[in-house]
Amino acid sequence: MSTQTSYDSGLDKFNRIGRGTNVIFHLIFILLALLCLIPVVVVLSISLSDESSIRESGYHILPTVLSGDAYNYIVKQGSMMTRALGVSVLVTAAGTLIGVLLTTSMGYVLSRPNYKLNGLLTWIVFIPMIFNGGLVSSYYINSSLLGLKNTIWALILPLAVSSFNVIICRTFFKSTIPDGLIESAEIDGAGQFRIYFTIVLPISLPVLATIGLFLCFSYWNDWFQSLLYIDDQNLYSLQALLNSLMSNVDALARNASTMGVSYAQLVATMPKESARMAVAIIIVLPVALAYPFFQKYFISGLTVGAVKG
Amino acid sequence: MDARVDRKGKRTRWRKHDTELTLLALPTAIWYVLFCFLPMFGVIIAFKDFRIHGNFVHNVFNSAWVGFKNFEFLFKSNDAWIVIRNTIGYNIIFIILGIAVPVTLALMVGQLHSRKAAKVYQTMMFLPYFLSWVVVSAVVWAFLSYDKGIFNQFLSDFGRSPKNWYMEASYWPYFLVFMNMWKGLGYGMVIYLATITSMDSTYYEAAVIDGATKWQQTRYITLPLMKFVIVLMFILAVGHIFSTDFGLFFQVPRDSNSLYNVTTTVDVLVFKQLKTATVGMASASSFLQSVLGCAMILTANWVVRRVDPDSAMI
Repeated sequence: MSTQTSYDSGLDKFNRIGRGTNVIFHLIFILLALLCLIPVVVVLSISLSDESSIRESGYHILPTVLSGDAYNYIVKQGSMMTRALGVSVLVTAAGTLIGVLLTTSMGYVLSRPNYKLNGLLTWIVFIPMIFNGGLVSSYYINSSLLGLKNTIWALILPLAVSSFNVIICRTFFKSTIPDGLIESAEIDGAGQFRIYFTIVLPISLPVLATIGLFLCFSYWNDWFQSLLYIDDQNLYSLQALLNSLMSNVDALARNASTMGVSYAQLVATMPKESARMAVAIIIVLPVALAYPFFQKYFISGLTVGAVKG
Repeated sequence: MDARVDRKGKRTRWRKHDTELTLLALPTAIWYVLFCFLPMFGVIIAFKDFRIHGNFVHNVFNSAWVGFKNFEFLFKSNDAWIVIRNTIGYNIIFIILGIAVPVTLALMVGQLHSRKAAKVYQTMMFLPYFLSWVVVSAVVWAFLSYDKGIFNQFLSDFGRSPKNWYMEASYWPYFLVFMNMWKGLGYGMVIYLATITSMDSTYYEAAVIDGATKWQQTRYITLPLMKFVIVLMFILAVGHIFSTDFGLFFQVPRDSNSLYNVTTTVDVLVFKQLKTATVGMASASSFLQSVLGCAMILTANWVVRRVDPDSAMI
């Protein structure tokens, strides 16, 4: 950070890399940045391409014939799409809320120095970072014993807590909340719940934002839980829907055939190629628009992680 | 501080405050028991002839012990060698490139004259990190699809015949390494850049006064100061050498059978065995992965402790 302010000083000006090198570096980064951006642009342009032009001449980096058919189709198609959007939004909202509550409460308790069970709870949080039961065992426990198969909870609960996040919270509470604040509240007769909800949480917005954003993005982007636990198409999230559209071209059309239109006719007329990419854009757009604003939270979160190991 | 503290400074009595804190931590503790500790005990199904249907607890207790039979089957299958080679091979490449490239780029981006441009590049390069593998797989499909893909159109523009990329195993190691770099580059850069910006600027001022060039500063100040972060990232990555990103190896190649030899890693194998209901072998592979992963993490941590005790996890 200090480099920024001292840039104008004579010392730093003298110390800069040469003009030529600077240009070469810029070119390299422009190339890399485009490499990261172009694929998303391609998906967007396919979603905006006319279906028959795709069928004739394939995908293009820029659309040859512009058309909003894919989005029109999705809007008209309705039920499956809105349902998937609903599942995604619900899972993201509920998961983030539950995750933040579970993570910060444990983080707060672990940050209290004179709590009797501190040692035990630390181990409970810590051991899973080293050893886990593995996919098969977790799968059977979650689906058979806990009965999560084909429920919305299978998408929410397994991802709610991560030991890493709990440790970030504990470190934050330990370093930023003065002991005196908690003690004086205790002396005034406030219980721990009251202290946690009315004193600790409101002054901990930075860490809530960091953890909340991490959780929000991981819930929105999750497809693996759906692949494992969800067979019921009504519980498909956007990611699961896109996944099934990618592996099965006719999934959208098959769903439409229940609406009484002839199957063959629909398959022939629906914008399959562009519709797939349109779903991808519906998934990507909120993320791509939101993350630049939250980047600094992510970076601070990542840095805490990098420093803590 | 506390009235009820004995002479050694230890509290002796359980107080109301302990009860409340326990209640506050209880939901999370229950979560840990259900989602982390129960599966740890569930690993015994690797040593049993486990049946899928019916009551889970009943099955676990009543299925016959088979000892290491499941592991025997696993190692006798043709998969074992391919999967181990792929998992460790890809990880070695990922570790080397995953450190060399982001470190180099972080060093470069820190040197750009324009801070604003550097920020823009970083933001753009961070984008792939926030895309899910399903979306990435759609992106890759747009480029590699046989009849419509952009790559094949380039080929035909140059008068070459199109290729069926999803059947050409020889290209996929490169594709997978590229996609892995593409998705993780922005993240890696942030971590190394954070280390670089937190360095004490007086080192550089002294070096400039002594007439050190930019290259000499990088070589003798920045890199040595970054050494511990690099070593730490290296060792953490080594600790995960038996696991791979399932999305990269399953979603991106679209589970194509022709690519089996170059895309199947432990995670993909476990998932496929799980879905095809060869439970015995799946639980054996999954058990091995957990145990070896644990061993690697502990070893890695032991090494870190010897190199730099402050960075050790435990």
